Amino acid sequence: MDKKVPLHLLPVGQKAKVIVLLNKGLSRRRLLDLGLIKDSLVKTERLSPSGNPIAYNIKGSVIALRKEETKNVLVEIIS
Amino acid sequence: MGLTSQSSGFSLLKEKFEIQKKPNQKVIALAGNPNTGKSTLFNNLTGLNQHTGNWPGKTVTNAQGTFKYKDNDYLLVDLPGTYSLLANSVEEEVARDFICFGNPDITIVISDSTCLERNLNLVLQVLEITDNVIVCLNLMDEAKRKGITINIKKLKEKLGVPVIPMVARDGKGSKELLDTIDKMIKKEIKTTPYRLTYNKKTENIVNEIEKKLKNLIGNKLNTRWLSLRLIDGDKQILKSIDEIVKNNSLSKEEI
Repeated sequence: MDKKVPLHLLPVGQKAKVIVLLNKGLSRRRLLDLGLIKDSLVKTERLSPSGNPIAYNIKGSVIALRKEETKNVLVEIIS
Repeated sequence: MGLTSQSSGFSLLKEKFEIQKKPNQKVIALAGNPNTGKSTLFNNLTGLNQHTGNWPGKTVTNAQGTFKYKDNDYLLVDLPGTYSLLANSVEEEVARDFICFGNPDITIVISDSTCLERNLNLVLQVLEITDNVIVCLNLMDEAKRKGITINIKKLKEKLGVPVIPMVARDGKGSKELLDTIDKMIKKEIKTTPYRLTYNKKTENIVNEIEKKLKNLIGNKLNTRWLSLRLIDGDKQILKSIDEIVKNNSLSKEEI
């Protein structure tokens, strides 16, 4: 069963595949540069104390992203 | 990473081109993703003790050092680590402006072998700007420990530039790197860097802008790359062109 969620709602420890980036302009460019490209894998590593930003494992490095950025990234949970 | 132009101020930028280059000295730029060992390699080659640290964002502006190899003197410029040259932070801008407008004789791109995929983004962007590129695969020991093997020959063929496996911390691969630098300076190595071709519509626009740009600034800079950035609507690049070429008519016309 496939399930699509925005990236900021991906639970800790869960892996997912990037479906689409809805961001525009600089923010989109930034996420692409960091490796959030269609079909690439991403895993939620851990939450910061306040729950924002959240650390993700993207292509081998852990990168913290803010909710404002990741709510526009649609991913598909893979089990 | 991290620093915005506001927090660091533009005063940092002013220093970015203060290179004390002696005549006959060849300039080499060191670029790469954050935390891939640029400063380690820098120290290794120059014998200097530039501060290294295993956190990203350590080198914010550039550091410089000199070294001699065979017949040539070199000036090595350690650039801040970036994931991209399509600047949206001060460090990225420093790195991009130096590679594009600083006219280094050679640009070395250091990548982390343990996550090569993410590093190749920057490699491709650098290849779009300049021909004289050497790609270093650093942290080969770590990669080996993680069970990663890299087909260096194939990577070399695909990218069209020399690819050198290294362990900068132990100085492994430095000799090969120096020899490659030497050969490239003597033009014994010919590179055929991989360049992206965009769709027809984009290519047409690029050609048009490139013609205009060539009229304005001649062949000094990579006009194809500049045209692509202008299509991106990158305002920073206009500012950089202005600063360096001191050609105010350009920005007005192209906006």
